[in-house]
Parts: sequence; structure tokens; C-alpha cells
Amino acid sequence: LASWVPVVGLEIHAQISSNSKLFSGSQVQFAAPPNSLVSFFDASLPGTLPVLNRRCVEAAVMTGLALNCSINKKSLFDRKHYFYADLPAGYQITQQRVPIAVNGSLSYSLCIDNKMSQMVTKTVRIKQIQLEQDSGKSLHDDARSQTLVDLNRAGVGLMEVVMEPDMCCGEEAAAAVRELQLILQTLGSSQAVMAEGQLRVDANVSVHHPGEPYGVRTEVKNINSIRFLAKAVDYEIQRQIEELENGGTILNETRAFDSKLGCTIPMRDKEGKQDYRFMPEPNLPPLILYDAKSLPVNMNHQQVVNIDWIRERLPDLPSVKRAKLVELYGILPEHSFTLLNEDGLAEYFENVVKQTQMKPKKVIGWILNDLLSYLKQHALPVKESPVSSFLLADLLNLLERREISSSAAKQVFEELWKGEGKTPLEIVKEKKLELIQDQKELEKVCQEVIDRQEDEVIMMVLG
Amino acid sequence: EQVTVDVLDHLEHLALVDFRNAEGVERLRKAVQFADQLHEVNTEGIEPMDSVLEDRCLYLRDDDVTEGNCTKELLENAREKIEEYFVAPPGNIPLPKLEERETFLQRS
Repeated sequence: LASWVPVVGLEIHAQISSNSKLFSGSQVQFAAPPNSLVSFFDASLPGTLPVLNRRCVEAAVMTGLALNCSINKKSLFDRKHYFYADLPAGYQITQQRVPIAVNGSLSYSLCIDNKMSQMVTKTVRIKQIQLEQDSGKSLHDDARSQTLVDLNRAGVGLMEVVMEPDMCCGEEAAAAVRELQLILQTLGSSQAVMAEGQLRVDANVSVHHPGEPYGVRTEVKNINSIRFLAKAVDYEIQRQIEELENGGTILNETRAFDSKLGCTIPMRDKEGKQDYRFMPEPNLPPLILYDAKSLPVNMNHQQVVNIDWIRERLPDLPSVKRAKLVELYGILPEHSFTLLNEDGLAEYFENVVKQTQMKPKKVIGWILNDLLSYLKQHALPVKESPVSSFLLADLLNLLERREISSSAAKQVFEELWKGEGKTPLEIVKEKKLELIQDQKELEKVCQEVIDRQEDEVIMMVLG
Repeated sequence: EQVTVDVLDHLEHLALVDFRNAEGVERLRKAVQFADQLHEVNTEGIEPMDSVLEDRCLYLRDDDVTEGNCTKELLENAREKIEEYFVAPPGNIPLPKLEERETFLQRS
């Protein structure tokens, strides 16, 4: 039975975190009254023109630099034409010929066989990053055979990140997207919350036999979470393999992922292959970016985007933060992954370490095993933890000074979780969990036990 | 020549233009012919210019909220609206195929 090589590429649209839209001054905000965040330009009224938002350019440059891309000092805007009710202009302004950033890479990690202790690093090439407009939202009302259109989202800035088909399965796709999400959130260029549509992923999937050319690919859309991304990709790979092994063929089509059924289904026929009739956007000159060397002397600061200035101010990326945590605190690499995977957990950990004498290598156990499992059980984010880093540090100090045993500490932690405002010391005294250190007192307790159980003692002494 | 019935039909689908009659098609053919004169210019080794704006500075705007909040005005243009949403048909209504359309192109 011949083996199959699955090939997975991704097109990711990340909504830029900005106050106003890419080419107009209307506000960017989730869940506002319909059509309240729409300017005349967004509604494509005649006589309006696009005006580029500087913040969006900076966000794209930051993201390009973080993904090791070459930043194109001159990039161009184009029109991509198609008809749809939520695209009032009949075209989208995008960057098809020369995008703002090209040829980058993203490194991500996977656990082998679900064992966190065996992590392997993979890389996916970034083909390009381009700036483009988002479309409005269509709400389909099948019952009344109509579509309701809300243009609040029309014109919001997007960064499209194209990942080359270097991935081979759902797990790799999910890990790559997760890492991209963390990078975007660290940069602040996008909040990248998939549930709010700030991060949308389309997967391109095909299979072929080793040594043979790539197979026909399908595009999978409507993926609403990282978990579903893995499922959708793996399902599509299986579907294609089964289809081909049964003598069928794969159509170059767009399929939608149905999360309830866990499968992909063909999307409504899009009238055959689309011809977008790309043309240069006639209302926008080329976008010119500068660096320290090419900085023009007499130009208004506000009109200049300096790539080097942005590069110097890039925050530590997740991979750097993890390496620093491992080096500084002696924790394991897989620990650093978990710390960065939960919003606020790394800061919490560092705060506890600052306030306790317990070694970081021991503290991490409390963070990852106790705190994290309680948070997960109660579906709480770190910032809503009833146990603050101060309280936990206090508790760990009692443990470290051997004033309580570790099982007693776990009891105290459970009590602290109730959030009744008691300190660890108060709980210890209340529940009488103190470890007895005094030799004489210990002898007294043992003697009492022996005295109370005379018969058992006699049995033991006699053997 | 290049401006065949298939090309015209394709354009009518993509751009929803209506060439309407032989005169419209002839105008298109003349326009293509006029533009073809560009081929006589030797452009070897010369970067194409795609916009007369290429030397202009692309103005960058500050990221401030300066527009929006004009729902009522925008909806005035809508033929149909429901609770501040624009109403559209359930999906794109494609132009019928050439054979099924009443267009002079069929008789070309």
C-alpha cells in the first residue's frame, strides 16, 4: 500500500489592532450597532478616496520583522474585483504585486507523541505579508431568502500572512497558528482572538505519493478555532486519501468545515474559477518605507515610517521570553511553553519567585500543577485567580521554612482558593496544620498515642 | 480577432457591463486598437509605470477616529432596510448563460 504525503499551507488574516480603519477614519470596534462605524468611503459612496492609516503600516512592518521577513521599501496597492453584497465598492484594496513584506519564517514547537518532555522545533516559511481591507459582514436569513449587511467591519485593516505548504498535518498547522497568535499578541499588532474574528485561517490541503508532483489542492474555510483547524486539516487529508484510493479525483474547490459534523463540505458553487481582474489602485501612490540610511532629512516626521526605528523597539518575542525563563529560573523548556501559553501566567510565576525563598524549580510545580489545574477546573483566566501571587508566595514561604508539610500546604491552597480573604498563616492556625518542630512535644504526642493503644503496642513488641 | 464573443460574454459576467449592440462592441474594438499603438514603443530595460502618481508622496494619516456615526444618512440610500441593516438578496444572482440571455451577442 503506497504511502501518502499530505501538504498543508495556510492563509491567515489578522485584523490590525488600531483605532481607525485602514483607509478611513471610522472606528474599529467589535459588536457595535449595525452600520454605526461606517464612513462614506467605507460605504463606497462616489467621490470618496482612500487615505492610508500610518498605524496599520507600522503594525505590518513590526509583524514582518518579527517573522524574519524582508521589508519591501516600496510596496504597491491593487484592486481585486468581485461582486458581493458586503463589498460595496465591488473590489478590495490589497497588495497583490508587491506586498509590504516577503520571505520570512516562523519557528514553532511540537510535542512528540503528546509527551511534553519531547519537543521538536519546526519551521514554516512565510511567503509574504500584505495589507488589505476587510469586508463587511453578511447575516444570512434563509427563512426570508435575504441577507442583512453590516458594514462596520468593511475597511478594517488586515494583515494577510501566507504560510508556504511546509506543514504536513493538523497538529503542525495548529501549532504554527498558535505561535503566530502569541507573536501578534506580544507585538500588539493584532489581538488575534479567533472567537472575535480577529484571526481567520484558511487551509490549503493536498496529498501526493512520495517523489511525485503535488496533488490537486482544496481550500478549507470556516475554521473558528485552533482546535477545529487541526480537525479540519486532518479530516480533509483523510478524505482526499480515501477518495484517491477509491479511484476518485480531487476537485480544486473551496470547502467549508462543519464543526458539528467534523467534516468538510463543498461550498456553494462560486461560478467557476474567479477572475479578479487585478489592477493597480489608481488613487494610491507607492508606499515608501525608510531606514536609518535612507531617512530623508527634510521630511515631516509624521510622514516617515522608519523600519530601523521599529526594529529597535520590538519587544521580546515568545521564543526569546521562553529562553530567558529557562536560563533565569532553571525551569524546563516545556514549562516555559505552558507559562507563555496562558495569558498572565509567566508574570504570575515571576512575581511569586520574587516574593518567596523557595527555588523557582520548586515554585514552577505549584504554578503548573496546582494553580493552573484549579484555574482550568473553574475556567478562569490568570488575572481572575482568587489566589494572588502574593498569597501563594506567602504560603510557599511557610512550606519552605518547614512550618507546614506539603500536604498541609495543599489543604491551605484549597482553602485560599475560596477567596475568603484569609492569609495562609490564619488558615494554618485555624486548621491546626502547623508542623511540630519541638522534640519534647513530639515525644509527648507519640507517648500519648502509645498509651491510648496499649494492646496494639504489645502485639507489635511481641512481633 | 482578440475581441471574440467569448471574451465579450466573459466581460459581461465579470463586470456586469452591457455591450448592448454592435456599436458598443465596435467602440471596444477601436479602443483596443488605439491602445495597441503602445506596442510600437521600445520599452526594453525600462521599468513599467503603472500610475502617474508614482512620484507623489503617499500621505499617512494619524490613527484617530474622525468619521462614522452616520447610520441614518447611509441608510437613506438603501432601497430596503431592516433595523439598520442593508437588505440584499440571499446570494449573488449570476448573469444567465449566453444561450439563456436576450443579448445581441448571441447573434454575433
